[in-house]
Amino acid sequence: MSNLAAVKRLSISGMSCAGCVATVENALKSVPGVAEATVNFAEHTASVRGEVAVSMLISAVKQAGYDAAELRGIDDETEKEAAEFAHYRALLRKFAVAAAVGFPLFVAEPLDWLPHLATPPGYAFWSVTGLATLFVLVYSGGHFFRGAWKAFRAHNANMDTLIALGTGAAWVYSMLVVVFPGIVPSLARHAYFEAAAIIIALINLGQALEMRARGKTSEAIKRLIGLQPKTARVIRDGKELDIPISEVGLDETIRVRPGEKIPVDGVIIEGHSSVDESMLTGEPMPVEKKTGDEVVGATFNKSGSFLFQAKRIGADTALARIIEMVRRAQSSKPAIGRLADKISAVFVPSVLIIAVLTFLAWFNLGPDPRLSFSLVATMTVLIIACPCALGLATPISIMVGVGKAAEYGILIRNGEALQQAGRLTTIVLDKTGTVTEGRPTVTALVPAAGWDESKLLTMAASIETGSEHPLAEAIVSAARAKGIKLSAVNGFEAITGHGVSATMEGRKILFGNARLMAKHKIDLGNLPKRAEQLAAQAQTPMFLAIGDTVAGIVSVADPVKPDSKAAIARLHAIGLKVVMITGDNRATADAVAREVGVDEVMAEVLPGDKAEKVSGLQARGEIVGMVGDGINDAPALAQADVGYAIGTGTDVAIESADVTLMRGSLHSVADAIAISRATVRNIKQNLFGAFIYNVLGIPIAAGALYPFTGLLLNPIIAGAAMAMSSVTVVSNANRLRFLKTE
Amino acid sequence: MSNILINLSGLALIGLIVWWFWLYRPEALRAAGPQPIEIIVADGVYTPARIEVPAGKPVTLRFLRQDADPCAEKALFDGLGISADLPIGKPLDVVVTPPQPGEYEFTCQMRMYRGVLVAK
Repeated sequence: MSNLAAVKRLSISGMSCAGCVATVENALKSVPGVAEATVNFAEHTASVRGEVAVSMLISAVKQAGYDAAELRGIDDETEKEAAEFAHYRALLRKFAVAAAVGFPLFVAEPLDWLPHLATPPGYAFWSVTGLATLFVLVYSGGHFFRGAWKAFRAHNANMDTLIALGTGAAWVYSMLVVVFPGIVPSLARHAYFEAAAIIIALINLGQALEMRARGKTSEAIKRLIGLQPKTARVIRDGKELDIPISEVGLDETIRVRPGEKIPVDGVIIEGHSSVDESMLTGEPMPVEKKTGDEVVGATFNKSGSFLFQAKRIGADTALARIIEMVRRAQSSKPAIGRLADKISAVFVPSVLIIAVLTFLAWFNLGPDPRLSFSLVATMTVLIIACPCALGLATPISIMVGVGKAAEYGILIRNGEALQQAGRLTTIVLDKTGTVTEGRPTVTALVPAAGWDESKLLTMAASIETGSEHPLAEAIVSAARAKGIKLSAVNGFEAITGHGVSATMEGRKILFGNARLMAKHKIDLGNLPKRAEQLAAQAQTPMFLAIGDTVAGIVSVADPVKPDSKAAIARLHAIGLKVVMITGDNRATADAVAREVGVDEVMAEVLPGDKAEKVSGLQARGEIVGMVGDGINDAPALAQADVGYAIGTGTDVAIESADVTLMRGSLHSVADAIAISRATVRNIKQNLFGAFIYNVLGIPIAAGALYPFTGLLLNPIIAGAAMAMSSVTVVSNANRLRFLKTE
Repeated sequence: MSNILINLSGLALIGLIVWWFWLYRPEALRAAGPQPIEIIVADGVYTPARIEVPAGKPVTLRFLRQDADPCAEKALFDGLGISADLPIGKPLDVVVTPPQPGEYEFTCQMRMYRGVLVAK
């Protein structure tokens, strides 16, 4: 395929009316090399076919007065990591410079090794020290002062404001003591250069440590990004070319050889192979793929070589959408974090007010030297207050928790779902495809008198060819396996919750459950007894009637997933009530329930009534999690407090569910709940820690203990506490990375 | 006398803090035309931090992050359900559509970087 056929997609911004569409299209078409350009107003995208550089397209759109960007692959993190590492090194350098000035002073002062201020050598020494500290404030602490000033001009106050005011006040006061000692009472003549320098040193060190710890919080995303191959082998003008994945256009033909990763999503147009999709679906068995089958980017081609046509590229691939979903969830906040948000919005100005009040209290009521005490207490209040720990408490735990879940193949939509999942009391499991495999097979044929098995199966399979029900598929494939030739039927009708009816060779045929037979007043003879026996073995018996005579039973069973019983035991172990819901008959449902050990069975529930059953449980005061497939059970999933869609990673269309379980096993539900509970617990620990730290730290810094114990906090200790508080919050969140769900 | 002066200054300072940080509403930058609005992310502040946009219409905000500190990494629009990961040194366009008139805050994860979209 020629590159002319390659489609580039752009995101267009600035289009406010349908008239803009023509302008943008004309601008794109005017670029040499463009064969075709179409703009989708609803999506704000443009698809351009032709041999042309994307940068040319973007500049043409810009010249027309709009803006454009390429829809491309997932950004790898290399550049970002390099920039962050450079920042980390810079913070360490700033720490080293500030520490080199501050620590010698801090050690020498109590040992009385430093010259006294009132002497000529003392004046010279302290003047030089003052200048060295100024250098520290500019070099190591310049970013705090810049940030504080910019924030101030924007009528905003942040952590920089507190640090800049605290250390700035210490330096100004100390310089006054050195240069104009006369204006300060003699008892208050003390310089605090070491405090200013060490606080700056410690906060830089704290930020560097926090940065390292934070790098680990986004490991899950990095691992997902790492799944994406870097290049693709496209066929252009009959030649095979290795190109970066970001340059792959829509509809391009791509060759994948054995042992290679599939670069983007598409459809096989030539060849066949087995593909390992375990990285996205958790299914360990490779899947056979042939012409016409879909393949998904980042999965692994095992045996054969094939050609496929790219259908989804860049940000549209399944992997990119999974990454986007995880990222979005990582940035979302549950209600539990809202209080902290409200507090941090008013935190810094409140601390500034407390600092002024502290100064006044010491100035009016404190012992001599009052000015020194006032300054030390004010400085300590400014330094100890840590809005960052409070602001970080919730998001950092969500980030690690959601990432951890992604490692288990669990995609959590947002922080709210995570918080709710931690509070569930009841789990409702849809039977088919959730508790059971969802791949039923024919297990028994019971012909009525005058009928034989083959004839019974032929009739049943013929009528079911028109049906899309999973049970129908089982019957049709059983007939095909036996080489049975199916007959044509007319007037096929599916009767929801009952079965199907049709006409064959002029006779009315009914195929379905006992309710369907009762509705049409079919005499079933002694067959219901046999049906009960089959149902008690967890099979689904269905009656076939021709005209008004019963022809027999076709029994189908959907085997229980091998790990369902163990997973349900885990749900019990964490204190949840487990309810199974199914449209199947009562006896079959009870048999499956006995096998896996659920607490309550809701059988013979019509698909449309599942949501109602869920709301019934909610009315009883239960907080309900519903597990089902994302399409048929969508209303029930939406009704539940938390909806878990069992899907596969390749089918991220299940975005409506609160939680998507990429792996089919019910263990994922127990894992998801365990991770949610651990994350909510972690958030609570962080919030509690951050609240207590500030609630106790600020009054102690202000000198609340002084009247009783004579204790006044050293501002350097306050600086150390403040620097460590954010590190502690991040480290506590990082503990979630080591969570074992079982 | 000096005691009274210091006390009065302290109280005046508190009044000033309340007014400057809580009561004063700085003028918002008004979005003009379809051009993206450039927002510099540096030194703990978004510049501009207060932006007037039309309600119900999509607006492109072009974030340019200059601060490598992880604090600056995310721009969250809580009220609009949008979050963006800002690359360092490269512009990132975020299209927002405030559904109705009102103020929509956007912040970093720790809420130290704070900006407001004023939808009219």
